Amino acid sequence: MATLKQNKALRWLTENPIWGFCALIFVFFSLSNEFFFDVNNFQNILVQTSTIGLIALGMTLVMINGNIDLSVGAVVALAASLMVDLQSWSAFENWGNWQMLPALIVALAAGTALGALNGIIVWKTGVDAFIVTLGAMLGVRGLVFVYTEEQSFFAMNFTFSDLGMSSIGPMPALAILFLVATVLVHILLSRTVHGRNTYAVGGNREAAVNAGIRVGPHMVVNFMIVGFFAALAGVTLSSQMGASTPNLGREYELWVITAVVLGGTKLAGGAGNIIGTFGGVLAIGILRNGMNLMQVPAFYVLVIMGSILIAVLILDKQLTRKGVEALRT
Amino acid sequence: MASARLKGMGSILARQGILIAFALFLLGFAAFSDNFSDIDNLTQVIRQSAIIGVIAIGVTVVVISGNLDLSVGSMLSFATVMVVDLHDKIGPVPAIAIMLVAVLALGSINGFLVGVLRLNSLIVTLGMLSAIQGLTLIYSGGQNVDIADQEGTWFSLIGRGSFIGIALPIWIFGSLAIFLHVVMSSTAFGRRVYAVGGNPTASVFSGIRRTHVVFASYMISAFCVGIAALILGARVGGSQNNVGQGYELQVLAGVILGGTSLLGGSGTVLKTVIGVLILGFIQNGLLLLGFAYYVQWLVTWVVIILAVWLDIAAKRGRLLSPIA
Repeated sequence: MATLKQNKALRWLTENPIWGFCALIFVFFSLSNEFFFDVNNFQNILVQTSTIGLIALGMTLVMINGNIDLSVGAVVALAASLMVDLQSWSAFENWGNWQMLPALIVALAAGTALGALNGIIVWKTGVDAFIVTLGAMLGVRGLVFVYTEEQSFFAMNFTFSDLGMSSIGPMPALAILFLVATVLVHILLSRTVHGRNTYAVGGNREAAVNAGIRVGPHMVVNFMIVGFFAALAGVTLSSQMGASTPNLGREYELWVITAVVLGGTKLAGGAGNIIGTFGGVLAIGILRNGMNLMQVPAFYVLVIMGSILIAVLILDKQLTRKGVEALRT
Repeated sequence: MASARLKGMGSILARQGILIAFALFLLGFAAFSDNFSDIDNLTQVIRQSAIIGVIAIGVTVVVISGNLDLSVGSMLSFATVMVVDLHDKIGPVPAIAIMLVAVLALGSINGFLVGVLRLNSLIVTLGMLSAIQGLTLIYSGGQNVDIADQEGTWFSLIGRGSFIGIALPIWIFGSLAIFLHVVMSSTAFGRRVYAVGGNPTASVFSGIRRTHVVFASYMISAFCVGIAALILGARVGGSQNNVGQGYELQVLAGVILGGTSLLGGSGTVLKTVIGVLILGFIQNGLLLLGFAYYVQWLVTWVVIILAVWLDIAAKRGRLLSPIA
């Protein structure tokens, strides 16, 4: 009985090795740095990773579908620029703090619409999502520059930047937003028809078609979800800074994909889950935060992150090979 | 009957679509801009495209073998910083030699991870992208580097000189492209690369060592990055730490525009050259017509998707995807 329980825990860990890694670096930084093990610092980590974390939630769905979205970084910049610029329009001058509402709606709608555009192009043309969103990554960045005319925007209304720093009870608002979104997407993926379809489409597209799933619209919905989350991340990021720049979010797609892959989602599709992605996001957050506290120069952090990504890939390959061998014998 | 003719038209469009698009762009820009068709302007565009072009032809080999290389941008930063920094310390020839060895070493890491360990090339080179970016910063300590006496060294000529009226970067780009094209189209090695990319299982059964071919493709890509770094470093006479940032995507855009399938097994080096030149001419033409530089990104968005869409549509014989 005890071994069964032990096996269960062990099995869970082999399925989500990233959480073992998280625990390892957590213990390591707790022991080696006096400032790391502190509730305030944990809250800090959650806020720092919320931007990449929010996008990673949506990206997990798209990648389980067997697609990818490289345009999220550009969408972050677009949503941030819309959010900061629109709220200072003279049309909303007398709205008080409500002037943020239309800006928020437009920013989130823009991200969702661009996601829908990516999805519809992938669906209707049959061009690979990598190419479609690579084009969109350049094109949406172009849109940002056309819209902003290369200007940075600053929020005149300080309530906006206060929101990014505010707390609900003992927890920072952005940390709560990230945690709630994580739970919601986890339920969507593991408890709903849409979630089951996501695995089915990624696992075997033809079988999914034969089972009566409307693959095209399904993929469009997932692209809209990642677009929405990228826009939301742009809004939260701009509220943290109280400003936006047209170059915001560059290389975010790389960090997001790193987090999702660390979490065990397969690029080929059909496998992955939100618990893993959350672990991947935390791993990046803990590493960055811990190495910062230990005053490791940012240069080394880049090398270490890259090496860890490759190491996880090698480990994953070994584990799956072992799994296959176990099945054979 | 009509559909058969349409299919015939379609396949011609698919095979030569990239050339037709190229011609249309040239004609369009020439018609609307006075300076575009100027011979100086045309050679200028080719010279500016040489750096991305040299990298792109190397990446084409990797893509034909069925893999991706996203680390070329960081590798370009690394190589350029290294060659410029070492130039003043140990002289141009040892600097170039050491830089090429270092870049080939990075390429061999890519080749080992993807070829020997058979890891997913997208993620491996993504990891290498950030690792090499870090290496560059560690090497330079975050400082920008430059060559003190830029007029007095022959090294600058690689980027600035010319030979019988044509700039040296164009010579390098052209000769490397022709060489690689011949290698890919008329040698046993080239055929093996196509075989590995087209059908990995079949290639193994016909006795091709997949490991060697993939490894070699990453070495070629790395070597091309080294050559591009020479041109870039010599042209500018200095280097920033992040000079190659984002190059990997422009390079991929050129490769894709040239009609090379990301699935591997198809594409040619010369078409990549055309793909890169189209991007260069779009950029130049739009600037001459008075548009801001970022408008080209919007045009590139549309052009890339249209090019690949038409290619696929012609192959399957219908415009829209049959997915429900």
